[in-house]
Amino acid sequence: MMNLPLPKIERNTRASQMGLLLAVLLLLAAVSAPWWAERSSQRLLTEFLYTLALAQMWNLLAGYGGLLSVGQQAYIGLGGYCLVVLGLQYGIHPFLIVPLAGLVTALVAIPTAAVLFRLRGAYFAVGTWVVAEVFRLLVANTASVGGGSGTSITKTVSGMPAWWRESTTLWMALALGAGATLAVYLLLRSRHGLALTAVRDSEPAAESLGISVPRMKWFVYLVSAAGCGMVGALIFITKLRIAPEAAFSMDWSATMFFVVIIGGIGTIEGPIIGTVVFFFLREYLSDFGSWYLIVLGAVAVAFMLWMPRGIWGFVASRFDLHFFPVQRRIRGLD
Amino acid sequence: MAEWINTLLQGVLLGGLYSLFATGLALSFGVMRMINIAHGDFAILAAFAAIAVVEPLGLSPWMTLLVIVPLMGGFGYVLQRLVLNRTLGHDILPPLLVTFGLSIMIQNLLLVSFSADTRSLNVGELGTASVLLGGDVAVGVLPLIIMAVAVGVLVGLQWLFSATSLGRAFRAASDDREAAQLMGINNRHIYGVAMALAMAIVAIAGIFLAIRANISPADGPARLLYAFEAVIIGGLGSLWGTLAGGVILGVAQSIGLKADPGWGILAGHLAFLAVLVVRPNGLFARTRDR
Repeated sequence: MMNLPLPKIERNTRASQMGLLLAVLLLLAAVSAPWWAERSSQRLLTEFLYTLALAQMWNLLAGYGGLLSVGQQAYIGLGGYCLVVLGLQYGIHPFLIVPLAGLVTALVAIPTAAVLFRLRGAYFAVGTWVVAEVFRLLVANTASVGGGSGTSITKTVSGMPAWWRESTTLWMALALGAGATLAVYLLLRSRHGLALTAVRDSEPAAESLGISVPRMKWFVYLVSAAGCGMVGALIFITKLRIAPEAAFSMDWSATMFFVVIIGGIGTIEGPIIGTVVFFFLREYLSDFGSWYLIVLGAVAVAFMLWMPRGIWGFVASRFDLHFFPVQRRIRGLD
Repeated sequence: MAEWINTLLQGVLLGGLYSLFATGLALSFGVMRMINIAHGDFAILAAFAAIAVVEPLGLSPWMTLLVIVPLMGGFGYVLQRLVLNRTLGHDILPPLLVTFGLSIMIQNLLLVSFSADTRSLNVGELGTASVLLGGDVAVGVLPLIIMAVAVGVLVGLQWLFSATSLGRAFRAASDDREAAQLMGINNRHIYGVAMALAMAIVAIAGIFLAIRANISPADGPARLLYAFEAVIIGGLGSLWGTLAGGVILGVAQSIGLKADPGWGILAGHLAFLAVLVVRPNGLFARTRDR
């Protein structure tokens, strides 16, 4: 009788162990940034982290859940306006509002999803955009939250030392950016993650295996709404002024698409790479105003046409590199 | 009373313009099964192109239609053949995001070339002329012309779809890509022609919009949303449904606007959501979304 070696099922890769070490080091560096970084780079880091959080949320929604949304700005704006209502009007501490905003947006997302899920595919996408416009117009028509011209929210953070405010903002951005990445990672490694990727790959096939596709979609949509709501509240703590045009701006969605498409949709590493590329381009090109946006649009179109899996999709398939392995692989069969 | 009848009539006629915007979108939905996010931006592009040629060529605004519409049609064909056909497949993401990228590029190119100022095409007295229908009820001549053109376009498409071999090819490519190809239909060419038609119609819509109102480079997305809403309200696959959808949207917006200047557009969106809740497939759906 031949003695066959038992095949081994791997979930971790060498890259993922190195990645873990690297991630811990980066996290430590980011947490301690208020003590060693300049104020401007600290702000840039904050922005980087909340952009990453938004990108992960859109990636979860579109890349894994198959729900193409062009209207996540609805929840970003709503999260921002939680500062106005809960902070200015009810006097709740702004940093406490961030998690509350997640709760509020998730609650609002329930009836919204009930209506939107009547549309499928690309129709759903444009429908989400309509919803974001409805939210924007409703807010713009409500005088008590500042109407169309918006309002200052400086009062919510007055009395807080600047160092403390900026450091806490950074830590919360870190919690959201790293938290969103980790949450997506853990979700995908769980049983539900397997269901989710099955839904992404083929809805009918997933359904035939006993996965409730509608339930997965509801779950992903609500999680993404809550995530965008929390980020929205945090964004406007850093900006200190909110207006409907900016809060419910299509630019948020444009940024999320760009980051996820360039980085690699349906991968966890993708949004990280994409955010880095996005900030790199912005650093060097944003002085060119409209031309900067034209270049971003052209780059996104070019990627979609010639490298639809993004930078990370290309790297991962070429070099078999996975920092956040979510799949199981069988080794030792050959 | 007359005031409300006027509002209602204005809304109905506004529906003609919305229907023009929606028809092109419905066509690309119907034949290619893709949503062109840059649809509204192409309309604005056509309008700015008309504004750009009207003075140097010494044309009347109406004559620009003869120049710009075929130009946009040709552009649509080339765009579909060279770019958009490459994005079509089972995944809905590529066409959506490519056209979204185009939308951002068009808006900013227009911004660079024409600045953010609002512009319009001036047709002189015709722009404000109206016909008295008795009592205090009157309708504008321009909105009537637009409505007539919208109906004309729909009649033309109806004939095209039901009585020509091109229309048959459209229907075949829409029903089953592979089977159509097996029957010797060149899908890529058919899609190109459909996009050319869609683009020509939306160019008419854009030029009429610039004759009727002021436009600015960032106006495209709002136009896309109205067109989309008209298509969904009317029901997918129904040509005349887009006219009904446009009219319902126009009436909702006019009534909302009359109630409060801030509520016009919102009332239109809410009417759309209401239809979605009550009749998710639209009012006159003939096909089901797959």
